[in-house]
Amino acid sequence: MAGRAFAFWLTNYRRVWRGTIISGFLSPLFFLVAMGFGLGALVDADAGGLGTPGYVEFIAPGILAAQAMQTAVGESTFPVMGALKWQRQYHAMLAAPLGIADIVLGHVAFVAMRVAITSVAFAIVAVALGAITSWWVVAAVLAAVLTGLAFTTPVFAFAARQDNDSGFNVLFRFIVMPMFLFSGTFFPVEQLPAVLEAVAKVTPLWHGVELCRSLVMGTATPAGSLGHVAYLALWVAGGLWLAFASFRKRLVT
Amino acid sequence: MISAHRLTKRFGEFTAVDAIDVEVRRGEAFGFLGPNGAGKSSTMRMIGCVSPPTDGSLRILGLDPATDGPSIRARLGVVPQRDTLDEELTVRENILVYGRYFGLSRAQVRAKADELLEFAQLTERANSVVEPLSGGMKRRLTIARSLVNDPELLLLDEPTTGLDPQARHVLWDRLFRLKRSGVTLVLTTHYMDEAEQLCDRLVVMDGGRIVAEGSPRELIALHSTREVLELRFAADDHTPYAAKVTDLAERVEVLPDRLLLYTDDGDATAAAVQGRGLEPLSVLARRSTLEDVFLHLTGRTLVD
Repeated sequence: MAGRAFAFWLTNYRRVWRGTIISGFLSPLFFLVAMGFGLGALVDADAGGLGTPGYVEFIAPGILAAQAMQTAVGESTFPVMGALKWQRQYHAMLAAPLGIADIVLGHVAFVAMRVAITSVAFAIVAVALGAITSWWVVAAVLAAVLTGLAFTTPVFAFAARQDNDSGFNVLFRFIVMPMFLFSGTFFPVEQLPAVLEAVAKVTPLWHGVELCRSLVMGTATPAGSLGHVAYLALWVAGGLWLAFASFRKRLVT
Repeated sequence: MISAHRLTKRFGEFTAVDAIDVEVRRGEAFGFLGPNGAGKSSTMRMIGCVSPPTDGSLRILGLDPATDGPSIRARLGVVPQRDTLDEELTVRENILVYGRYFGLSRAQVRAKADELLEFAQLTERANSVVEPLSGGMKRRLTIARSLVNDPELLLLDEPTTGLDPQARHVLWDRLFRLKRSGVTLVLTTHYMDEAEQLCDRLVVMDGGRIVAEGSPRELIALHSTREVLELRFAADDHTPYAAKVTDLAERVEVLPDRLLLYTDDGDATAAAVQGRGLEPLSVLARRSTLEDVFLHLTGRTLVD
């Protein structure tokens, strides 16, 4: 039955997919050129580099994971609130034979697909620019989707508890943005003060970044990768459990 | 079709539905009437299996909503009070995705969509986006969509609220056709003319309880007189006039702007009033309506 909910989101997406594909290619292009080649040239030449092939190779897998987070959060905030409150598509599904789990899983699956599309687009750009050269990029894309899901399900739970969209600004400004900047995307978290480093290593984004980066740079170990995957999966599962509860509380009253 | 016994819904301290008994039979059109906050929508949501009862028993199509919710909903059509259309999709797409929720194949739902668009007089707008459509069209689309699974029982929560008279008559006509084809209709409304037009039987709810039950004709016979005489005098307060005519009618009601005399023969009562030398500004003898019953039972105080 979750497939029926997924089919709805897919129908909905058919109207806008072109725009999302274009921005899916453009935004990684801007990021890699500005940060990787612009700032990167400075880092590599004047700051001694990061001990890797180059700064752009360092940040490309990081941004892969970080854009997965951003896409996931974007797709799990306003669309969820809209389907609950504004256009109320969830209510329509619930009047049909779909249950709470079908509604949540169908929509989460759609968000996973959206994250997969932007991640593939990013990987294509990164490989074309030479920022990623390993075939392990395929595994890194899967890792990025998992990273996105680790944000999707908790944010679903959060969004279903909001009465209006002002909470989303807080989420974007004080959670997503700091994570984007401080979870190892642009520099190793070891450069942070010890306390902040510990905080950064608890965030799902750091695990996603580390996983993607180690995969494409050939530094991954089976134990390390499994640890990251397990940690991210825990967020997905915990978030899902919370999302079911939030959706039930909101829709079945 | 529906059997409720001491059905109760509480939200915290507030009792929205207070131990009501309801039986709806196959093929009839059954109405819940009541002012805002009477508990109509809460009852409808329980029947629609999206709101678990706090107490009492509820069987729909012979099944228990607590355990068989999805299989009951597969056989229901639901027209909610507020439309749940996807406004960015087209009219046809809204029916298509909704049909898919019920597990219909693409081919089935496409054929069904054409039939329903015809039924709802929306064929010409099939490929328009929903957002700019008029309220009446959206409401017809919601009703068309609710029929995609050929429901045995159609739940309509205030189907025509906010529509203009033309749109309401079109909707009533469509609902009549459905009833004739054997669909059981359950609707809530606070329009008396709608209830008189559509319902075989109805209950009047007030404060979560059922205060009257029967066919529109029975309710009028039981709770009102055959006719009502309305008298308007040139005065701000009509109370003094009431005393002068109170013995001429079964019951006299004082409104801010007029007197209502409940009587079996309005013209004869009007003659008697004039025989006493009273000279109202206007005199109107009319048949009793469900509205008289409704206002008598639920009071004239505004509920917000």
